[in-house]
This record gives sequence, C-alpha cells and structure tokens, in this order.
Amino acid sequence: MTSKNKWLSTPYLLWSIVFIIIPLCMIIYYGLTDKTGAFTLDNITAITTMEHAKALRLSMVLSLISTLICFLLAYPLAMILANMKVGQHSFIILIFILPMWMNFLLRTLAWQTLLEKSGVINSVLSFFHLPNINIINTPYAIVLGMVYNFLPFMVLPLYNALSKIDDNVINAAHDLGANGIHTFFRIILPLSVPGIISGITMVFVPALTTFVISTLLGGSKILLIGNIIEQEFTQTSNWNLGSGLSVVLMFFIILNMIISTVFDKDGEGSML
Amino acid sequence: MKKFLNKKSTITNSKKFLAICALILLPGALLSGCGSSSDGGNGQVIVYNWGEYIDPETIEMFEEETGIKVVYDEYETNEIMYPKVESGAASYDVVCPSDYMISKMIANDLLAQINFDNIPNAMENIGSQYFDQSKGFDPENKYSVPYCWGTVGILYNKTMVDEPITKWSQLWDEKYADNILMQDSVRDAFMVAEKLNGFSMNTVDPDELETVKNSLIEQKPLVQAYVVDQVRDKMIGGEAAIGVIYSGEAIFTQRENPDLEYVIPEEGTNVWIDSWVILKDAPNKENAEKFIDFMCRPDIALMNFDYITYSTPNMAARDLIEDDDIRNSDIAFPDLSLYNNLETFSYLGEEGDSLYNELWKEVKSN
Repeated sequence: MTSKNKWLSTPYLLWSIVFIIIPLCMIIYYGLTDKTGAFTLDNITAITTMEHAKALRLSMVLSLISTLICFLLAYPLAMILANMKVGQHSFIILIFILPMWMNFLLRTLAWQTLLEKSGVINSVLSFFHLPNINIINTPYAIVLGMVYNFLPFMVLPLYNALSKIDDNVINAAHDLGANGIHTFFRIILPLSVPGIISGITMVFVPALTTFVISTLLGGSKILLIGNIIEQEFTQTSNWNLGSGLSVVLMFFIILNMIISTVFDKDGEGSML
Repeated sequence: MKKFLNKKSTITNSKKFLAICALILLPGALLSGCGSSSDGGNGQVIVYNWGEYIDPETIEMFEEETGIKVVYDEYETNEIMYPKVESGAASYDVVCPSDYMISKMIANDLLAQINFDNIPNAMENIGSQYFDQSKGFDPENKYSVPYCWGTVGILYNKTMVDEPITKWSQLWDEKYADNILMQDSVRDAFMVAEKLNGFSMNTVDPDELETVKNSLIEQKPLVQAYVVDQVRDKMIGGEAAIGVIYSGEAIFTQRENPDLEYVIPEEGTNVWIDSWVILKDAPNKENAEKFIDFMCRPDIALMNFDYITYSTPNMAARDLIEDDDIRNSDIAFPDLSLYNNLETFSYLGEEGDSLYNELWKEVKSN
C-alpha cells in the first residue's frame, strides 16, 4: 500500500523538480555570480542603490495599501456571504469568480481604456457635466488595478474562515450578554484570523511582485521592483542582477510566510 | 565588494552546472524539436520580426509558392529581441533588427554572412544609397539586407496645440503637461534629449549623458506615459497632443485621424534602417535566404509597404506605388539633404550600453 502511494507521487515530484527546484536553483546561482561566473554578492547588495531601494519601497507601500483596501472591502462581504443561505451565496461567489475566467492582461487593459483621459468613464462624466477623474498613469491607478485583480483572493479565504464559525458559538456569546460589537471583536474576528492571514498573503505577494499592472496603468512612469527585475531580463539582459534582486524579493515573501505560519498555528488558513 | 573565489574553478563549476541543467531539460527540447520538423514539404524557416511589421498575406504567399513553412514570432524592441537570440533559447533563422543592434550582433559574432548570389532581388531592387547607409553598421554589406527605413519625429494633433510643433524643445513646454507621449526604449528616449542639448545621439561622454539624464528627469512630470507601439493608438484616439513616433507609423495614423501632423524636428533626429539578417546558428540558412529574397520582390515589398506604411528601400516597389501623394510623400520618402544633424545609431559597446541603462533606470525611478 505505502509503496503504491509513493509511486503515485512521482509525477508531482518530477514536476516540482523540473519546474520549481531547478529554476529556483538557477535563479540563486545567477543571483550569486557575475557575468564571468565568479561568486559575488553585488547583485544582492544592489538593492541598496537609490533606484532599487526606491522601487522596493514604493512596491511595499502600494501593495500594503492595496492589501488593506482589499481587506476592508472583502471582510464585510465575506460576513454577508457567510450568513446567507446555501444557494444564494454560491451565486454571489460565482459573480466574484466570473471575471477571473477572463485573461488577467485583458482585464487590466480594459481598465486602461476605462480610465484614459478620453476614456469610457470620463466620457460618461463629461456627458453629465461632472468633473473628470485623471488617475491614469498615477499610483492611484496602480492601486486600483491591484485591488480589482486581487480582491477575489481576499474574499475567498475570509469567506471560508467565517463560514466555519459555528453559529452556536455566536449564540453562546449573545446568551452571556455580549452585544454585537463585543461578539465581533472578541469572537468572530479572532476566529477568522487564519482566513485573514492567508488572504493577506495571497494579495500582498502578487501585488508586491507585479510588473504588468504598473506598466499598463502607470504608463511606465512608475517603476516598481517587479518592473526593474523584468527590465534586467528583457531589456538590459543582465540576468545576474535580475536574479539577485529576485532573491532579495524572495526574502520578503518568505518573511511574510513566516509571519503567516506563526499566526496560523493550526494550519486552518491554507484552504485554497 | 567583489569577492573572487578562485575564479577558474567557479567558471568550470558554472559550466558544469549549466550542462547539468541542460541535460535535465534536453528531453523536453528534443520532444518539441520532433514536433516541428514534420512541417511542410520543403522544411521551414523561423522568422523573428518586429510586431505588426509584415503583411501576413505575404507569408501565406511565400508558403504557397515555395512549400516552406514559416514559423513567425514577434518582438517589441531590439532590447527584448537581443537576449533571446543571444542565449540561443529559441533558434531563429531570420531576424530584422535595427542598425545599432546589427553592429552589436556582428561584434558578438551572432550573424552569418549572406550569400547575395541567392538573393538576386536584393541586388536588383534595393536602392544603392541604402546599402551605402548600411555601411555605418555593416561596413562591407555582408550581413544585412535593408527592409525598412525611416526617421523618428514628432506626431502632433493640430486641434490640440496652438502653434505648429517644429522642435524637440517643445516637448519640454509646460503648456503640454500630461499631453506628451515619449518612447519607452532607452536609445529613443535618450536620442530626443541628446538632440535637444545638441549632443551626438551616440555619445558616451559621462558629463553629456548626465545633462541628458537631467533633461529627461525635468521632462518626466510633463510626460503622460512612456509607450512603444501604443503611441499610435493613443494619438489616433486623441489621448495626447504630442507623441514621439517612427515615421512609418505617421502615414497610418494620418489615414485614421486627419488632424495628425508629422514633423522631423529642427534639432535633428535619428535616421534608422531595419534590415534582415541571418543568424550564425540558423538551422535553415537556405530557406532563410529564400525568404529574404522573396521579401525583396517588388510586388511583395509593395504589399508590405501598403500594409505597414514604413518607408521601403525597395526602389522598384516605390515605383509601383499608384498614389502620387504617397510615392512623393515627405513623410515616407523625405529628402534627407534638407535636414540638419541626422544621425544613425551605432553600437555603444558593453560599457556604453550599461551606462545608458543605468541612467535610464534613474530617469524612470525618479
């Protein structure tokens, strides 16, 4: 029985070796060597140069803001969904997941058309003689793009965590004299922490590394750390520096994951 | 900062490391190789060209006439194309880089000499002045066959500006804040600021480049976006008043939006040539020559000109253009002797390249 099980895992093992372990080793190898193949830490310490540090800081700020907005939008929604009857909620979840069936690039391009100076939104506003909004090619548009694209990744884990809370626990709290605010902060919020943590991770990590959203909605005027890494590979053809910066970025992602595991001791959050 | 740990052994180690990676990845490569070799009767030719830079119908015609299957791939900038070709990750036969990139590829021994006996159409139809101009990057005309040429200039919307635009310096005018589109590629963006400051667009002088960088940083708040191909759509849609654009796009944009006007700026600009080259490691050299020869046929060159509207160096094709206005257009076929300070990009060497890239990063992150 056990040998049979092991045999079944070979495709997955092969997959992870070829597409995860080897590329990861190659990135670390490139990151720690220079063009001649000699060992160097220059590519790692390059993060401290002005442009790189600035891009990293900006990426951090924008992705933290996006994560916060996603959380504030998603939590009430997840609570509403969790309280709904079966049948109703699956329809609303479907509506949330439906856009994800379309290509991510297309959806971001659509935002470009919507937000442009003579774009759809401004045409409608002008028609009603309302003031136009000019956020395209600014950090606001990037945050909007991040929130729009990553919101479902926040809603689903929160919904999962909230719907697992037993109604009896909440009823007990009410019986013991807790009012709504008390119940929320003392019972519901602590019990949904695993969902919160995994939601934050799933929004923060892709937002931190994105380069497509910042290129399309930022007009290439705003350089995030993802853009710098992308350019090192595609334009400057300095793979060593690009890999070095990726390794630095990986450090931040791993840090984020360590924080998640500390909070999520029971492993309840990793439901997706 | 650099720590050299016994350089020699790490090099051999790194080679071993790459060899092991290659070995592991090889079966996949072999499998995909098997898949593609079974095409067509007369093999295939793998073409790597700029995006939207050919009339797709000409490819079909080539396939029909020769029985050679065309595998076609596209890139957006020379800088994106180069690492892909250099790393050999994909084996292309024919590529269509610009002048300075061709000299870089020659310098790095990536190109094969072309046997012009197999490309009679090129000798017959391509104007000799374009081969002369090519000598700037291909001194003996051994590696490249001109495909398109043109200038870089300013495209502006007559209804959105209150005076005619004639100079690069007007791209620094605060009147046009948030109405300017710049090119999102390092050499093109720097060219604009270099010409503005009266420098050569091939300068590698650190002091001059510092001035150029500061000009670009000064301009950045006025720029709506840095774009490549999108400049065309955005100008047609009236999204911006002024854009830096390749002359070849100008005719197309004017067809779509008659308010647009193209001008070669007074301070001078870039005269560029994109040429077909064959890679040294090309698996299908003969087919590659057949493909280039086909592209030099007057009727095919005319079809491509009509489709992409980039100036053709093919004199026979130009004579075939029916519309007098286009055949004698100042945009498509300008008399270059009337303009000052025209230059062609040359390869800056590895140090020059990395200096430009470093400064461009400073501009973009500012």
